[in-house]
Amino acid sequence: MYVAVKGGEQAIENAHRLMAEERRGEPSVPELTVEQILQQMRLAVDRVMSEGALYDPWLAALAVKQARGDLVEATFLLRAYRTTLPRLYDSLPVDTTAMEVRRRISATFKDIPGGQVLGPTFDYTHRLLDFGLAAGFQSTPTTTGKSETMGEGNGEPPLSRVMDLLAEEGLVDRPGCGGEREEEDARPVGDITRDPPTYPAARDVRLQNLARGDEGFLLALGYSSQRGFGDNHPFAGEIRMGEVAVSICPDELGFEVEIGDITASECEMVTSFKGSKDELPRFTRGYGLSFGYNERKVLAMSLVDRSLQARELGEDIDAPSQDEEFVLSHSDNVEAQGFVQHLKLPHYVDFQADLVMIRSMRAEILKRAVSKTETEEAA
Amino acid sequence: MTAATQTPPAVEAGYNYGYLNEQTKRMIRRAILKAVAIPGYQVPFAGREMPMPYGWGTGGIQLSASILGPEDVFKVIDQGADDTTNAVSIRKFFAKVTGVKTTERTGDATVIQTRHRIPETPLKDGQIMVYQVPIPEPLRWVEPREIETRTMHALEEYGVMHVQLYEDIARHGRIATNFMYPVKVNGRYIMSPSPIPKFDNPKLDNSPALHIFGAGREKRIYAIPPHTEVRSLDFEDYPFEVETWDGCCALCGATDSYLDEVILNDSGERMFVCSDTDYCATRRGQGHTGPMADREDISELTGDKPETQDKTA
Repeated sequence: MYVAVKGGEQAIENAHRLMAEERRGEPSVPELTVEQILQQMRLAVDRVMSEGALYDPWLAALAVKQARGDLVEATFLLRAYRTTLPRLYDSLPVDTTAMEVRRRISATFKDIPGGQVLGPTFDYTHRLLDFGLAAGFQSTPTTTGKSETMGEGNGEPPLSRVMDLLAEEGLVDRPGCGGEREEEDARPVGDITRDPPTYPAARDVRLQNLARGDEGFLLALGYSSQRGFGDNHPFAGEIRMGEVAVSICPDELGFEVEIGDITASECEMVTSFKGSKDELPRFTRGYGLSFGYNERKVLAMSLVDRSLQARELGEDIDAPSQDEEFVLSHSDNVEAQGFVQHLKLPHYVDFQADLVMIRSMRAEILKRAVSKTETEEAA
Repeated sequence: MTAATQTPPAVEAGYNYGYLNEQTKRMIRRAILKAVAIPGYQVPFAGREMPMPYGWGTGGIQLSASILGPEDVFKVIDQGADDTTNAVSIRKFFAKVTGVKTTERTGDATVIQTRHRIPETPLKDGQIMVYQVPIPEPLRWVEPREIETRTMHALEEYGVMHVQLYEDIARHGRIATNFMYPVKVNGRYIMSPSPIPKFDNPKLDNSPALHIFGAGREKRIYAIPPHTEVRSLDFEDYPFEVETWDGCCALCGATDSYLDEVILNDSGERMFVCSDTDYCATRRGQGHTGPMADREDISELTGDKPETQDKTA
């Protein structure tokens, strides 16, 4: 008998208990600690911080544990916690030029000032399952040392940015909000957590949206732009990952105070040029920034950011990745997972409304068919 | 849980009254006031993430959280029923974060949060209905872009809605919208009544209660103030009609209520039963009985038998 959705309190409590049991798994296997997730599942933690829009690795690791490794669910946990936190200060803009770099590559120049730093990357691994890991070998790799960082934090001069070098030559615009640059740059930065979305959206709001957007969604959109649905001819000008300092400037002090370091990934894409017979041609650019080490995310983000500049650059808007309202209103996986999954909730009242109508429409048609046959037989 | 009004234990420690902080509640109350001042107009608001998923009623929950006070008596229904899992969950949440008294009786409630139904018992002056809204925009299925639909509302460019209804008639011989049936409020804005069946639409017209609608994911709030004209869209020759059933409620015999269909067994035996559990229980309490009221195998539906322990949702 179908009364399960009328289960009520007992059923909910049972569901929670079953979930807790399954989370724990076989009791004879040692329980995962949050610290282990934090240390050994760091890319999961970083993705959750990025989409959860909260830089707190320990809480993100806790969320991953609580969500049994479901990263979208973990993101939701973190987001729901984040929304209860008081807003004490706005940080000052983070200076990624001053990043203490662990990885930094450019695909546009063979060598760049400061050099290419491969850092920790899957890029040139052969994707062969490492059975040694399963057997517990290689659990302590020979340390190359975390000291292999470059840039300011290491007492070296900051690593100049490839895009700045191009900008000095006038080959790309200085970063801005697009369109009427100076006017828009003078506005206070938008806040997608405090203001409902409105369209058209300025670039600051778009970038905030993309920064916490679902990686899979951005990946697919960025990919579609590469395959010709709104091609923007991208080159990875620079990708860097490392530690950046976060500062605030409390009113009562009136000077900057550094409150800590965060790990961040950044991608600057050099994209198709604009210009005309008379106007000096210049490359355009796309930007991606993320908490933690989320390289694929920032690459995809920078492609989509560039696609979304179509309006300001006077390009045709005919590909999904260029469609601002489409991209921005569907990028958030906390929203998307909720609305898709709410189909699990009972809808039997509305379904009954459709059933009543469809049955009566069928009855009407069948009645007409019968009376038609009867008329024909009588004739 | 019995139908009696329950006083839960004290408010959850560590959280503000009503879960949301006071600034957020004030922001939402302002949006509600604006919505009341412009009946049927969708007011954008800075919706917050809630500790339950979007789609589970976060819009309605934020509204309730912003208006509930210590004197209120709160009722939550989903599909008309107080005992559906999500209604139980939301009621429990508010009992925890506000300590508000809860009830299953429509007449005793000051605030009723609902998903997909309006109670059968007529609403009274002073009551507030809070609706959980998935898609607040009635024009969405005609035009998916917000930038367009806001302009259409501003210019009262609603012809396309009638065209859609006309297309239904041309194709199916009737208007084929059965729930979320669009209404015109106070002669001005076309509004989605949320996914209530059109059966409930007439209850909105000149209702003595205040109706407020919250869409959390879409970040919109709108309202129908008490005693406001609410017309369901139709044509003179194809007037608005509500659904009817051949039979009555199998448990209480009501012929005037919205019925749920329940499939009883693999041989396809089915019954129709009031979707409004409070209405049904009240009628049975008054001695009304339907044709299947005495059947043993459906006693779980009447609440006569306690739930089995190992049932899962």
